[in-house]
Amino acid sequence: MSDEKRVGIVLVSHSAEVAASVAELAKGLAGGATAVPVAPAGGTEAGGLGTSAELISAAAASVDRGVGVALLTDLGSAVLTVKALLAEGGELPEGARLLDAPFVEGAVAAVVTAATGADLDTVEAAAVEAYSYRKA
Amino acid sequence: MLDADFFRRWLTATAASVNREAERLTALDSAIGDADHGSNMQRGFTAVLAALEEEAPDTPGAVLTLAGRRLISTVGGASGPLYGTLLRRAGKALGETPEVSEKQLAEALRAGVDGVMALGGAAPGDKTMIDALVPAVDALADGFAAARAAAEGGAVATTPLQARKGRASYLGERSIGHQDPGATSSALLIAGLAEAAAGSSGE
Repeated sequence: MSDEKRVGIVLVSHSAEVAASVAELAKGLAGGATAVPVAPAGGTEAGGLGTSAELISAAAASVDRGVGVALLTDLGSAVLTVKALLAEGGELPEGARLLDAPFVEGAVAAVVTAATGADLDTVEAAAVEAYSYRKA
Repeated sequence: MLDADFFRRWLTATAASVNREAERLTALDSAIGDADHGSNMQRGFTAVLAALEEEAPDTPGAVLTLAGRRLISTVGGASGPLYGTLLRRAGKALGETPEVSEKQLAEALRAGVDGVMALGGAAPGDKTMIDALVPAVDALADGFAAARAAAEGGAVATTPLQARKGRASYLGERSIGHQDPGATSSALLIAGLAEAAAGSSGE
């Protein structure tokens, strides 16, 4: 399975630190999951809080192995920017998809599932299902 | 008929008024948002003017599509994809003809506003840019001055509303009593049409 191509995961947050930390967390909880391409796209290009379309496009291109790219976002402009890029065409790799999932839990579920060599539909289903886990 | 130069003048006039009003936009945004609307819009429209200069698009549709793309990639806040979608969708609706009528512009802006509502999920009355844009597009049939007045009226009318979209919605009733920054900048954009028609580039 090691030569199998994995779904790429992009984590879009208003904060560079949050995006990078959630990427580390998800890979760590997935037992390393070194075969899964995961890229954070956090904050603005200037290093502030916000969303950068350029960073998102670059992150998506960097994790594209030709079998789909799953994007997870935190809120507000992160969601709207990814949606606008998807609507544009040509800005994100073929098969890129915004997942309707909680950011942290969805990222863990997506990376763990992608590590098994699952396809994009299966990765998406796992991430979306994270919403159904009740905490109280 | 309106040519590419009209659309360039429109965006140039809007950039000038965004520069002039940036502090006010940010002050409005600090009351119910995250205090970056003025600087975000300034960065976006500065980038739009630079792109128009560099790529010199020669049809109305191409001017708006390029401007929309630049706003999405440079603003850094939710107003980037929202204004970007507005202009890009309107630009695509105008196609590649070298000149368009005011009626075609009104229809294209209507398509743009529909795109913004689909993207952000906001409806009239939610205290967003939609509250300035919808009355403006409705009034465009009566001319640019009427659209400007309708947009400014719509922006002012957001003050008593409770926000139902975006960060301001977390404030609940505390969002009441503040004019919405997005509706305010939308009124600047619509006002730019009248300025472009007057042949001036704003400042």
